[in-house]
Amino acid sequence: MARGGTDMRIIFLIISLISSTVAGAQETVVSELSQDGVSITATFDGSEIFLFGAIKREAPVNAAAGQLDVIIEVSGPPTETLVRQKERKVIIWVNAASVEMDRAPSYYSIAATGPLEELVTESERSLRNLGLDYAVRVANPEDEDFREAVIRIHQRNGTYTTEVTPVKLTEETLFTTKLAMPVNVVEGEYTVKTMLVRDQRVISTSTSTITVRKTGAEKWLYDLAHEQAFIYGLLSLAVALLAGWTASEIFRRVRG
Amino acid sequence: MQIYLPIAEMSVNIFLLIGLGGLVGILSGMFGVGGGFLMTPLLFFIGIPPAVAVATEANQIVASSFSGVLAHVKKRTVDFKMGTVLLLGGLLGAAAGVQVFKYLKEIGQVDLLITLSYVVFLGMIGSLMFIESLGAIRRSKRSAPPKKIKRHTWIHGLPLKMRFRTSNLYISAIPPFVVGALVGILAAIMGVGGGFIMVPAMIYVLGMPTKVVIGTSLFQIIFVTAFTTMMHATQNYTVDAVLALLLLIGGVIGAQIGTRIGVKMKAEQLRILLAIMVLGVCLKLGLDLVLTPSELFSIGTGGH
Repeated sequence: MARGGTDMRIIFLIISLISSTVAGAQETVVSELSQDGVSITATFDGSEIFLFGAIKREAPVNAAAGQLDVIIEVSGPPTETLVRQKERKVIIWVNAASVEMDRAPSYYSIAATGPLEELVTESERSLRNLGLDYAVRVANPEDEDFREAVIRIHQRNGTYTTEVTPVKLTEETLFTTKLAMPVNVVEGEYTVKTMLVRDQRVISTSTSTITVRKTGAEKWLYDLAHEQAFIYGLLSLAVALLAGWTASEIFRRVRG
Repeated sequence: MQIYLPIAEMSVNIFLLIGLGGLVGILSGMFGVGGGFLMTPLLFFIGIPPAVAVATEANQIVASSFSGVLAHVKKRTVDFKMGTVLLLGGLLGAAAGVQVFKYLKEIGQVDLLITLSYVVFLGMIGSLMFIESLGAIRRSKRSAPPKKIKRHTWIHGLPLKMRFRTSNLYISAIPPFVVGALVGILAAIMGVGGGFIMVPAMIYVLGMPTKVVIGTSLFQIIFVTAFTTMMHATQNYTVDAVLALLLLIGGVIGAQIGTRIGVKMKAEQLRILLAIMVLGVCLKLGLDLVLTPSELFSIGTGGH
């Protein structure tokens, strides 16, 4: 997975280099996150991360240059997603057909200075898998229902955002936005890709990652449950028996 | 106040969990059932993944049953010999149940199995108990002397006869072993103690006196659910200790209150109340199976 991520980053780096040469602009984007990690603790109920960015210019932009926009794509670690469809058998509803998703991030959100369709061309979106219609894929086009269901279910859970988060762009130089991480995020590396768009074409990108990790007691319990399952099981039982005995003793003393 | 559950990997209101635990605990103490048949569906309703709900509930039942059985041991209303026979069957059943659970989880039918099991068992037991207790109440109102049934059925013809002093019975060890095994399967698959099927079976099939039924069933439930907890923890990694702890804080307190309420109520009243509750849960789950669901698709984490 780490290898795949590096490869992807190299590919995007090449793409961005090519596109910036093509565009002939000396504009590059730099961005910084308020935090590059999210800790899942016992009281975790979501997190908000601020993204700040600036556009570097080596020369002033000529007046004929098209509209400038910023798109920030946040995509969670891909998970193996199996989608099942219920069917009525006789009188009851049972899981029947199932489809394995080709690509489905565990989290997906877009922050931009406007609606995605208006900011970039269709070919750019297809090239960069930008937007839910490209980021979520099934191998077989006939399974479109399943793809839509994945998007719908994720949107209801809050793990895919339905609307584009606004990005505040000041003087075509500075921009800022707020990335909301919902409570039900999964652990892993989240890719934050900041894209600078001029004339509906991406001319510069900057990528950073947010690492979501369980910490403290949560991490300890999770690791114990998976690595020392037998001890964890005994511990759970010990806690249960102790709690049962304590309650019984307390009530015996209180009520005689 | 929200709390993040490490194994279920979701955030839930802490007071909601303690409240659910308490409510189910009271019922559990009153009726001598683990309460799992109510708690497990409630956990599904608040969004806990079924596999986690079932395994965690087994752990929680250990606590509430242990708390309940201590009171019965003091009152000498536990038949340890009968409990041990039930337990041996229970362990065998639970081991088989966990394997079935694992297999059906892989093919994506575990939710269906759980719901169907609930509908079938709750429907059967609920209606039987309801009719029987209604009859009992009518009889006591007419102040007719209760029929002393000394049944001699096929059960009395089986070999391996044993004397169960506390229950005042001399019967074959096979029926209690089979009852125990059936309950063990249910414990593993449905995340229940199985009291709702064991209690009626002990009364109507084995012919045990009502007084010792609850204590003895709790005794068996503790060990079977403890075994189930270990099986799920080591094979499926689905026991959420934080969830279990919160449920049992409410649960053990509720069970103590419930036991005291139960002592003050008549057996027929208890049984008819339990029957109504069992039928209610059955109806709700049955409707969920038959009515067109609002979402036909579901995301699984993969069957590999």
